Amino acid sequence: MPATENTLTVLRPRPVAPPRRTAPGGTARGRGRGRRRRTAAVAGPLSAVTLVLCLWQLVCVLNLSATLPTPAAVGHDLAAAWSSGALAPALLGSLRRCLAGFLASVAIGVPLGLLLSAAPVVRTPIAPVLSAIQSLPAAALVPVAVVGLGNSERAVYSVVLLGAVPAIAAGTLASLDQVPPLLRRAGRSMGAAGPAYVRHVLLPAALPGLLSALEQGWTFGWRALMTAELITATPLPGIGRLLDAGRKAGHLSQVLAATVVILAVGVLVESAVFAPLRRRALRQRGLTAP
Amino acid sequence: MGLLTVATTSAVIDLRGVTKSFDAAAPPAVEGIDLRIEAGEFVCLLGASGCGKSSLLNLIAGLDRPTAGQVTVPGRRPAVMFQDHALFPWLTVGRNVELALRLAKVPKAERRAEAARLLAAVRLGDAYERRVHELSGGMRQRTALARALAQGADCLLMDEPFAALDAVTRDLLHEELIRVRAEHRLTVVFVTHSVEEAARLGSRIVLLSANPGRIAHEWTVDLPYPRRAESPGVASLVHEITERLGEEIRRHARD
Repeated sequence: MPATENTLTVLRPRPVAPPRRTAPGGTARGRGRGRRRRTAAVAGPLSAVTLVLCLWQLVCVLNLSATLPTPAAVGHDLAAAWSSGALAPALLGSLRRCLAGFLASVAIGVPLGLLLSAAPVVRTPIAPVLSAIQSLPAAALVPVAVVGLGNSERAVYSVVLLGAVPAIAAGTLASLDQVPPLLRRAGRSMGAAGPAYVRHVLLPAALPGLLSALEQGWTFGWRALMTAELITATPLPGIGRLLDAGRKAGHLSQVLAATVVILAVGVLVESAVFAPLRRRALRQRGLTAP
Repeated sequence: MGLLTVATTSAVIDLRGVTKSFDAAAPPAVEGIDLRIEAGEFVCLLGASGCGKSSLLNLIAGLDRPTAGQVTVPGRRPAVMFQDHALFPWLTVGRNVELALRLAKVPKAERRAEAARLLAAVRLGDAYERRVHELSGGMRQRTALARALAQGADCLLMDEPFAALDAVTRDLLHEELIRVRAEHRLTVVFVTHSVEEAARLGSRIVLLSANPGRIAHEWTVDLPYPRRAESPGVASLVHEITERLGEEIRRHARD
């Protein structure tokens, strides 16, 4: 039956003043909470780095390893690499490659996860393949990529994709499996279908798990990129190449300097990008303290 | 019938010989249901737990398909309220209502004011920016009611929406529902296992028997709204339905 005239009349908006949104910057209490959260976010990684540096220094002071350079020596090498102009292009090159590979992986992995979730016929054969690829170390993928695509940047990207796409697709699938059926039914009962259902119901409902999948995708992609840069003979400026140059020169301090940069990027991306997004998603859902 | 009498007699829901089986080895959840619901009716589907009330509601909502028979719901998709509020926890109270308006194709410029109006209608005018987890159970169900109203449906399907609430809140929400239903001229199908709730709310009460779920008896209720639980008419109706429900449960236990 079409909507009656009466129903339309009743549902027409009456002049009720819409409530005001909270002013930009929020309340003083909200700002205080925000500052505390940011302090906690910085304090965590900072204390972990300090602890590692202290232990490292202790190993050197106690002379437990004859070959291990001190943190100061590695810091000196890092500073030298920066001032010589070798570090910045390497870091930017690796980050650019990882970001491009990650974005492409998201564009492939998330829709693939959605497809696998919606179509059991596709899921049955594809999901085990994704698990199998995830169990492969990136070092095993490099020869395949090099033989298939030659010693090129394309081969490096394909290794990043093979590292990140299965992690993102499998994580997306797992997060969609955990969406409460009641929320799905509520969405459908409201008339959400197709892309609107995915956008307004499925993806937001799966968001906390989805963010974990993206974070894992970034981590796998970054690790795969470092391996690819290290192993392939492609002369690309990158952190992996710096690491390889240090290895070839037998210069442990330079190797460790490159390792520190790889770790620092991992910690920074986690604490500056994924952790705040995850905290925000959980806070919105009442799953953490405000 | 009570205060709200709608002149039209066109059915908004028509079920003919509806059967739903989830497992071929078990009795159907509901079997051979013939039910015609007219515009403006407040039909309470009453029965013991597991008698197929919710299955029947899901069939009417279009969330399940019948194994046999025909479910006809002409016109707009009915709005549904669940026992658990089923609000989206990532949205504020106001945004939950706005999303329903958006899916109902209400223009963007009108959504915020309309959501505020609907929240005011369920006495949640100051809760627009609050998060779902910050609300009490009663406030969550009020929000769910506002969201259901936002869909602009003529028909509201309610699956034990107040079962998890305390008695005082439930009593208040009964009054709210009767008021909102009259204002919006809604047809309501309300699933409950509470005889008192059915007697207080329903213009028609349909008693379902279990295993398989079939219509055991129907009552048309002419008591005016608002109804008090302690009024003689409601008390007498409760007594009569309870007797009949007891017979059904005893019969089912013998079977």
